[in-house]
Amino acid sequence: MTRHTLSVLVENKSGVLARVSALFSRRGFNIESLAVGPTENPDLSRMTIVADAEAQPLEQITKQLNKLIEVIKIVELDTAAVQRELLLVKVRAPLADRAQVLQTAELFRARVIDVNTDTVTLEATGTPDKLQALLAVLAPLGIKEMAQSGTVALGRGPRSMSGAGTLRPVERSA
Amino acid sequence: MSTTSTGRTAAAHPSSAAGPAAGPAPGAGPAPATAVVPSEAAAQATLGVETTARSMAEAAAEPVSGITGAQSLVRSLEAVGVEVVFGIPGGAILPAYDPLFDSALRHVLVRHEQGAGHAATGYAQATGRVGVCMATSGPGATNLVTPLADAYMDSVPMVAITGQVPTAAIGTDAFQEADIRGITMPVTKHNFLVTDAAEIPQKIAEAFHLASTGRPGPVLVDIPKDVLQARTDFSWPPRIDLPGYKPTTRPHGKQVREAAALIAAARQPVLYVGGGVLKAGAAEELAELAELTGAPVVTTLMARGAFPDSHRQNLGMPGMHGNVTAVTALQKADLLVALGARFDDRVTGELSSFAPHAAVVHADIDPAEIGKNRKADVPIVGDAKATIVELVSALRAEHEAGRTPDLDAWWEQLEDWRTRYPLGYDWPEDGMLSPQYVIERLGAIAGPDAIYASGVGQHQMWAAQFISYEKPGTWLNSGGLGTMGYAVPAAMGAKYGMPGTTVWAIDGDGCFQMTNQELATCAIEGIPIKVAVINNGNLGMVRQWQTLFYEGRYSNTHLNTHGGKEGTARQVRIPDFVTLAEALGCVGLRCESKDDVDAVIEKAMAINDAPVVIDFIVGSDAQVWPMVAAGKSNDEILAARDVRPVFGEGQV
Repeated sequence: MTRHTLSVLVENKSGVLARVSALFSRRGFNIESLAVGPTENPDLSRMTIVADAEAQPLEQITKQLNKLIEVIKIVELDTAAVQRELLLVKVRAPLADRAQVLQTAELFRARVIDVNTDTVTLEATGTPDKLQALLAVLAPLGIKEMAQSGTVALGRGPRSMSGAGTLRPVERSA
Repeated sequence: MSTTSTGRTAAAHPSSAAGPAAGPAPGAGPAPATAVVPSEAAAQATLGVETTARSMAEAAAEPVSGITGAQSLVRSLEAVGVEVVFGIPGGAILPAYDPLFDSALRHVLVRHEQGAGHAATGYAQATGRVGVCMATSGPGATNLVTPLADAYMDSVPMVAITGQVPTAAIGTDAFQEADIRGITMPVTKHNFLVTDAAEIPQKIAEAFHLASTGRPGPVLVDIPKDVLQARTDFSWPPRIDLPGYKPTTRPHGKQVREAAALIAAARQPVLYVGGGVLKAGAAEELAELAELTGAPVVTTLMARGAFPDSHRQNLGMPGMHGNVTAVTALQKADLLVALGARFDDRVTGELSSFAPHAAVVHADIDPAEIGKNRKADVPIVGDAKATIVELVSALRAEHEAGRTPDLDAWWEQLEDWRTRYPLGYDWPEDGMLSPQYVIERLGAIAGPDAIYASGVGQHQMWAAQFISYEKPGTWLNSGGLGTMGYAVPAAMGAKYGMPGTTVWAIDGDGCFQMTNQELATCAIEGIPIKVAVINNGNLGMVRQWQTLFYEGRYSNTHLNTHGGKEGTARQVRIPDFVTLAEALGCVGLRCESKDDVDAVIEKAMAINDAPVVIDFIVGSDAQVWPMVAAGKSNDEILAARDVRPVFGEGQV
């Protein structure tokens, strides 16, 4: 299995997320992460979908996605694309361990966003690998709670998915 | 939406100034501007024209303000050219039924929403137009799920309109609330929930556009009751705003030329024709391609009638119950030219051993079908008609360049199989009527101009095998979903759309009991279909599998329509289809012997003022052959029980 990142421009309408996620489950495709948010165009949203699939199933995924009426364009981002996730993590940090928590945060360029006598909450962004590494270091200290976003990604270079000089879409559809 | 400009022209003419433009009942207005000769005949002729969908559409396209959402809906349906809606009213859709009462578009009041859905499908498949059905919220809408799934699998253009509980009640588990948009997402091409009455014309126009273009399919429009009741303005045509929908209809020239080169070089080609050819209205073009290539043609269950069965090059139907020659031709082919076909499991059998030696040209309007099941060597995305036209000219160029294949050896082989393994059947040993004989005679007597709609099961396969289809749109069935109960309502819809054509429903005793309530609709609405119930007293196809794969353990397949099981006290037929037919306002006939078959069919053919049901009491043990068992390779086809054909491997 290979990891693929699909950037999908969709119409900003109710029900689109349900359609996309239902399509994945109905066709037996596995989503690793999915993130949805607004774009520079208020009529459009961008979904970043990370899926594990072989080449042939991936082609079916993109073709079936393209068949959804509200899907405007799909681009598969290559490994060079900028890929980021957001992590919020609440770590046990009694006075004795607090310095170690803060030092780890600094190493990973995480920010402290909440503190109390028992815990510290950190905010970190980065590639999935970097966040995994951060979590691995924090785990022995005791992770009380965490929330992690799906991957959001953009292709490098001057081109964009919408507008002039656009990225080449994955095959168009009926 | 091409009717709009003419509608406006007519309205600009002074004589139509007091015309139907302003009122919600366009059909009642005076004759249009073209009626300049005041003779009675001419006036009558124009009045006749006035009630057609086209002039209704012109009248309805006039802008109007201050109407209800419901009026806007009905005007939109008129403007888009709808002739008939099959449906049943209920609470949430009730506002729409009020303006419908005044409209010139016809509403056929069915007895069950499933009947409305299949009627819309039958209408669409017989006429090529979009079929329309209507239901209320909740159970009305959920009853449409089966026909929607059916139309989705068979790519039938259909629009379903459902009422929804008022906007404020959505999500509160209100009375008769069902999330029909969520429920139907996986079984529709697209669906809408209309939240603003002003959007009604646009959503209706978009629904019809989506249903009828690209790969056709069902579209559902869900409208809350308060939206139907709200005040709004109407104008036509609305702007269609579907930025993500751009079907590719023109095939890629380079791909077409590559396909033509493969065809010109093939020694054992087969044209594998699917339902897409019928959807594209490409039967004539297909005939030209077939004759130009000289290649054999197989027509799938969805494509029966796309190429005449009487044509020498037609090998018949491939697949699980296809004939030996059609199935084997695919297995031995060196080139498959798939046109609007989707390599369905019922055609391919075990996929890994399907047509192992063949290169594949796959032309389909839906790119997702290409490479889904079988890798295509030459993929062509496009409308079947446009693709075939371009294939023909590319192939001509190949021929002119001196590249014409010699298919003599291939045909010699095919003819050998055709002679050795023709379709056939045995008469039941118990002396009962043969179901295949009944269907064969029905096809011979009703002829190739009639429309045949079948249910699902043994009778469906026999109807596909033993009736000769010569024309597009004469064979309607539920191919993909396999919906028992399809026949009667689909025949009703087909007959409504093609009133001058004889329409036969060929049904089984199991299927018939699922939807025969629509015979009441047929009787009351004046839709005289004919139904041949191939009554073998059992769920025949399931029984066949129990015979073949479950040691004859007939678990829950006996239906008592021949009377009770042997040794049981109750020997009466339940139900008695003859008296049932009569109770539903139809003529009921019965036939139990070979000598009566022709006479009873002819008697039914002579009745044109009422629906007719013939209860053909046939043997319970007749089986559908040939057969490729589920999951087995097509190479393991059995021509008849325990009869394994010998294909002469050395010859090809």
